[in-house]
Amino acid sequence: MIVNENPVAARPAPASNRGIWGWMRQKLFSSPANTVLTVVTGWLLYIGLTPVISWSFIEADWFGSDRSACDGGACWVFITARIEQFIYGFYPEDLRWRVDLVFLQTGLLLLWLMPQSMPGKKWGVIYALSIFPISSFFLLSGGLGLEMVDTHKWGGLMLTLVLALVGIVAALPFGVLLALGRRSEMPVIRFFCTTFIEVWRGVPLITVLFMASVMLPLFVPEEVVFDKLVRALIGIVMFQSAYMAEVVRGGLQAIPRGQYEAAAAMGLGYWKMMRLVILPQALKMVIPGIVNTFIALFKDTSLVLIIGLFDLLAIVQAGLADPKWLGFAIEGYVFAGFVFWFFCFSMSRYSQSLEKRLNTGHKA
Amino acid sequence: MRKATGLAAALALTTSFSVISSAQAASTLESVQERGYLQCGVNTGLPGFSSPDDKGNWKGMDVDTCRAVAAATLGDADKVKFIPLTAKERFTALQSGEIDVLSRNTTWTLTRDSSLGLNFAGVNYYDGQGFLVSKNLGVKSALELDGATVCIQAGTTSELNLADYFRQHKMEYQPVVFDTSDQTISGFEAGRCDMLTSDQSQLYALRIKLKKPDSAMVLPEVISKEPLGPVVRQGDDQWFNIVKWSLFAQLNAEEMGLTSANIDSQKKSDNPAVGRFIGKEGIKGKGLGLADDWAYQIVKQVGNYGEIFERNVGEGSPLKIARGINALWNQGGIQYAPPIR
Amino acid sequence: MQEKHTMPAPARHYFWNDPDKRALVFQIIVTVAILGLAFVVVENTLSNLEKRGITTGFDFLSQESGFGIIQSLVEYDETHSFGKTFIVGLLNTILVSVLGIILATVVGFLVGVGRLSNNWLVARVCGAYVEIFRNIPLLLQILFWYFAVLRTLPSPRQSLDLYDTFFLNIRGLYIPAPIFQEGAIWIGVALLLAIASVWVIKRWAEQRQLASGKTFPVFYTAAVIVIGLPLLAWFMTGQPVHWEVPALKGFNFRGGYAVIPELCALLIALTLYTASYIAENVRSGIEAVNKGQTEAAFALGLPKSRTMQLVIIPQAMRVIIPPLASQYMNLIKNSSLATAVGYPDLVAVFAGTTLNQTGQAVEIILITMSVYLLMSLLVSLLMNMFNKKMALAER
Repeated sequence: MIVNENPVAARPAPASNRGIWGWMRQKLFSSPANTVLTVVTGWLLYIGLTPVISWSFIEADWFGSDRSACDGGACWVFITARIEQFIYGFYPEDLRWRVDLVFLQTGLLLLWLMPQSMPGKKWGVIYALSIFPISSFFLLSGGLGLEMVDTHKWGGLMLTLVLALVGIVAALPFGVLLALGRRSEMPVIRFFCTTFIEVWRGVPLITVLFMASVMLPLFVPEEVVFDKLVRALIGIVMFQSAYMAEVVRGGLQAIPRGQYEAAAAMGLGYWKMMRLVILPQALKMVIPGIVNTFIALFKDTSLVLIIGLFDLLAIVQAGLADPKWLGFAIEGYVFAGFVFWFFCFSMSRYSQSLEKRLNTGHKA
Repeated sequence: MRKATGLAAALALTTSFSVISSAQAASTLESVQERGYLQCGVNTGLPGFSSPDDKGNWKGMDVDTCRAVAAATLGDADKVKFIPLTAKERFTALQSGEIDVLSRNTTWTLTRDSSLGLNFAGVNYYDGQGFLVSKNLGVKSALELDGATVCIQAGTTSELNLADYFRQHKMEYQPVVFDTSDQTISGFEAGRCDMLTSDQSQLYALRIKLKKPDSAMVLPEVISKEPLGPVVRQGDDQWFNIVKWSLFAQLNAEEMGLTSANIDSQKKSDNPAVGRFIGKEGIKGKGLGLADDWAYQIVKQVGNYGEIFERNVGEGSPLKIARGINALWNQGGIQYAPPIR
Repeated sequence: MQEKHTMPAPARHYFWNDPDKRALVFQIIVTVAILGLAFVVVENTLSNLEKRGITTGFDFLSQESGFGIIQSLVEYDETHSFGKTFIVGLLNTILVSVLGIILATVVGFLVGVGRLSNNWLVARVCGAYVEIFRNIPLLLQILFWYFAVLRTLPSPRQSLDLYDTFFLNIRGLYIPAPIFQEGAIWIGVALLLAIASVWVIKRWAEQRQLASGKTFPVFYTAAVIVIGLPLLAWFMTGQPVHWEVPALKGFNFRGGYAVIPELCALLIALTLYTASYIAENVRSGIEAVNKGQTEAAFALGLPKSRTMQLVIIPQAMRVIIPPLASQYMNLIKNSSLATAVGYPDLVAVFAGTTLNQTGQAVEIILITMSVYLLMSLLVSLLMNMFNKKMALAER
């Protein structure tokens, strides 16, 4: 029998995990492998980011009116000199206040509707769905005493927003109907809705846009003429409603069966059941999904470049070909990328916070 | 409950197509006049032929062709809606009725005239395909280009001519195909390709988009005939005639010495040809279904062919292309118009 | 949900009070309406086509194309038919899709696991990557890589090179190509043999482990066999494979394989964009695995890497695969953006140049859309099969 007569030496106190050093020991250097990983990643970041930061900020040129203002580093003058075109496209200069007014309304509505607790949200929604679209339509395109502005003069960020907003608002009702149809008990309806959804989801948006842009006029009698923008919108809405339908269907499927049965037991007909019981719950549940679809749509609007509409990306691209400003491709793309990123990132953050807020226990 | 679902679904399916009517087909002229403006398909950006200036106004030879048609049909050259099209989109846009006339440096060929359902109304610019190369390649002739990489625009006759030319001379090449001419020139500038091929007029137009236009040169070879002109749909002879004669009027005006500056003073001229031209006598606009002063409006508002040429691609422009074969027939060129009588 | 009411029939019975009959009538109406609509559209299209004198039909597929294509996986030149351009475009689409799917999966898994790393820096970098690339339109990313990044590469004469075998310039990446001579077939045979024997060894090792609990280093054995056997065959048959090294001749590099920059740009953008989505799927898949599973595996004494490999990943895969399938489908569809940079895919070649040379938009767009639809269905079929296989492991 072996007896250790010497007391075991006291172990050293565990390494502190408090304070900056403790934190670093725990999160960055917990093991040799981890230390190597940290050092390598840090080094890569350093050699990758230093030139980027120095190019885009330290050595960059911000002000001026032509390319002579630029020497080394990023030439943001290219952006600042054309910023109006990037926002408004070819919209007549003296009428741009109308676009501003629409932007203002959009911004105020967002402030009103997005936070959790704001007074009179109901009125906000009513305003957003009735007065806002109508007033925006007349403000942007003219009529009612306002000078008409042809849609081929629309462009830039404004066109991107118009495409995305109209696309999502119009796709939502279609999406709901398609989702209901896909879950219908009538086989014929289910078949048509499922086919519609799967076909649009199976083809690339660019072929849809191409079809809408050049072939739609062949499908209708000669006298019916659509505006190019309207045709692009038709394509976008068809495509988007298929995706929207799948999002809504997810919500419908997540509603416990008991809700349907209870509603039926109360003697509610189909529409009443949907309107009063199912859809309010299902739609609330899929709001994050809808926001995500909107983000996808917002990014997809850039594809209209290929059918010759001048959205933000297209107008930046066109600006790159200006002989006076050749060679600023990186600046142009970084700017457009940042604008898109800013919108999409804030929306995705909003959707995440919504998801947390709405997570009221339906998932079980 | 099912009924409602079905109804909903049916609505979703049909509304997108529901704009279907069956009114009497109107002639192109009638629909243009009713609409109040002309829809004209142009290039997305080709200096000298059609490109928007920094205020978004369209300028160029092809643009002026459309403005002339608008002046003749509507009495106002500015009543044109320009629809920029890529080479790929252009025919479908015309076939589908999106535009009334396609004026987009489009080459007149047998296939296009016969199997696309289109008619070429005439030639507003005689062109030929050429090559643009960088000077430091040290190439003097296209025959030295075996193995070269070529930047080219998708869906053009140039794509076919290029293939023919290299095959005929047993040379190899690699085509880099872009959607727009802007992309081809930026590909050329960056060195993605050794040469750029297109109609010669375009080469000059694209060359001024280079940072250093002098660093590139156009090779002497012209490998094809490229008569460029406005195109209309088949089946509407009246409209076909209008576009055709809008071109002829420009040429006749130059031949008679009528310009936008002097045509007002010529109103009292006793030259019967001028009288017929400005609509004082003769057949006037009746045969075309236009106002009597249709030709006068073209010259007054847009100018004669010579003016249009000089202002857009000639000496008065950065392109500085010589008249060459585009001069009038009596000045060594081949531009010739039937008489107005 | 059962809809039949068992209430006593109302006194007066109309057929529209019977939900079944009502549904039937309604479905007939909808069918007629949709067929009618389809008829009107087809009728309109045909009459419009005829009125405008546009050629219809599929004869054009056998006509000579007359234009060249920069990249083709099958033999093609301008004397081949328009039908062949369809094949060339389709194969190019498949090429970029397959490469993109493989690369995006690898990058996506690495980043997804990296986001959950307990190394703070790595987790943050992976997180930033996802948030940046997911929120910028793919088209913009493609254009950025092509027009902003790859355009800064040097000209062929100043190529970057690696041991004078690999060359990188603005015209593309040039890599040596193997040239197979007589006897090279044996290398292929050896490779097949190696794969077959690895499969046998794996089965044997599994059974032995089940029976005796002893493990066998399958991975290393497999690596040795798969590399060693063909290598052995190569030496034994007298080294029948040569490498054709690219060299600058005239204007361009000749010989070897050329990876054109259009393909590179498209592939980089597709990979990075899709990987950011896959990373999120992987992360949420791993997070969905109950923490108790990890703890149980640790309690059994499994090291961390084995825990991941044997316990976490197999369970996470069940959550990951369905969204992964839709990412793959998105990637295939997104590859159609190739047309923006001139990569000769199906849309650029067939729905682009061919459409324009023949003018037959309706037929060509119809074919193109059907092909994409078919590819989407095929991917979802394959992924469903894979999914079922994984689900079986669940007991």
